[in-house]
Amino acid sequence: MTDRAIRILIAKPGLDGHDRGAKVIARALRDAGFEVIYTGLRQTPEMIAEAALQEDVDVVGLSILSGAHQTLVPVIRQTMNAHDLADVPLILGGIIPEQDHAEMAQAGVEAIFGPGTSTADIVTTIRRIVAERGEPTA
Amino acid sequence: MTDSAPSLAAAVLSGSRRALARALTWVENEHPDSAALLSTLYPHGGRAWVVGITGAPGTGKSSLVTALALRLRQQGETVAILAVDPTSPFTGGAILGDRIRMRDLSGDSGVFIRSMATRGSLGGLIRVLDAAGFDRVLVETVGAGQSEVDIARAAQTTVVVEAPGLGDDVQAIKAGILEIADVLAVNKADRAGAENTVRALRAMLELGHPTQRNRMVNHHGQRMSAEAPTQDDHEAELWVPPLVRTVATREATPENDGIGDLLDAIDRHRAHLTHADGDKLRQRQRGRIEGELLDRLSHALMARLLAALPAGTLEAAIDDVQSRQRSPHHAVQSLLDSAGKAAQPNGV
Repeated sequence: MTDRAIRILIAKPGLDGHDRGAKVIARALRDAGFEVIYTGLRQTPEMIAEAALQEDVDVVGLSILSGAHQTLVPVIRQTMNAHDLADVPLILGGIIPEQDHAEMAQAGVEAIFGPGTSTADIVTTIRRIVAERGEPTA
Repeated sequence: MTDSAPSLAAAVLSGSRRALARALTWVENEHPDSAALLSTLYPHGGRAWVVGITGAPGTGKSSLVTALALRLRQQGETVAILAVDPTSPFTGGAILGDRIRMRDLSGDSGVFIRSMATRGSLGGLIRVLDAAGFDRVLVETVGAGQSEVDIARAAQTTVVVEAPGLGDDVQAIKAGILEIADVLAVNKADRAGAENTVRALRAMLELGHPTQRNRMVNHHGQRMSAEAPTQDDHEAELWVPPLVRTVATREATPENDGIGDLLDAIDRHRAHLTHADGDKLRQRQRGRIEGELLDRLSHALMARLLAALPAGTLEAAIDDVQSRQRSPHHAVQSLLDSAGKAAQPNGV
């Protein structure tokens, strides 16, 4: 069943209040036929994992512009794993310096979208990641 | 997750939240085994009180649902929330943003929140949550179009939320949404214009429930919502929707937020339906079950009939109607005839 809508959680962890990017992405994904669960600002890792579990999403997207990704991302990945969500991929957007990309991959991030990425690229990449999992949520 | 309908159902019944989330996905996506899953869960349901919360965008439904859920948790009840947001008719996508207003509920294992786009079967999702053992299921829908009527069919108590400043009293009749209300809440009651909204809704209620008039003359001054539940109210043949004022902001206090009044009104409606051994509730349920069975039957019959039609028959009938050789009425008659013949080749 490939025609069902992909469900994605878009969350902004930590304290940065810049949610324009997250909203633009949410809108673009909706227009691509995704079901976007948008949680809003200042989410704790626990809140993100809990929402991902309850919503049974195919993928979790984080938007971080505060520079706190090295602190937040590993904790979020671990909290998700602890919630039995190890199979749910994590993607990242925002301001993530090039030299941190390897570290983020190590922490379990499957894709990073920096400023200037076209929304079409993001849609294609998410579709590929979800398809690769091949996890039969439907 | 290793998923088969029996193992998933067993995990849902044993309280696994991951399994519950997955079961909801199955039902939402009409997974091939979802019918088996629902059938296994069905005998375990029937305990939850399902409350529909509907109203126009911006009336504060999500905040009200959150406030209601917090109050129910204080009373020790477990709460499931289904938050329904519209799907784009153009792309099939949706932005489900109700969780933004529900952050105060996070971290509570007695609460389960699921966002849903307007597709799939609301009734099926409610049944899963019911079987999972929640005391209350709160279903939030945007009142625009068909969905509020669907919710009235699926919920035991329907709360219609209004807010000041969204239109004059004619809007309230026009929307037709009032007919489905078991309870009316004027949210944002601290705002200017709230009294006008309350007055307009009261006037509407009087138009719709003329018998209420006598009682209101007797109790004038404090007409409906302030009344304590009396034996009389329970026995009254007619339920008159109480009107409550609510303020579902974080600044509001339990003394002035009206959430207690709303919960009282919901519980009074519940008592009204379950009074006298739940006769009214049973009648209401029977009506719904009949509707659902007829619905499913007509789908099944239609599928069977279309499968029995010889290939090309439907297209030929469309051609005939389009070229005005046959009327739609006659075309249907001949379709039924050929489906019948095809199904009974021996003329039994």
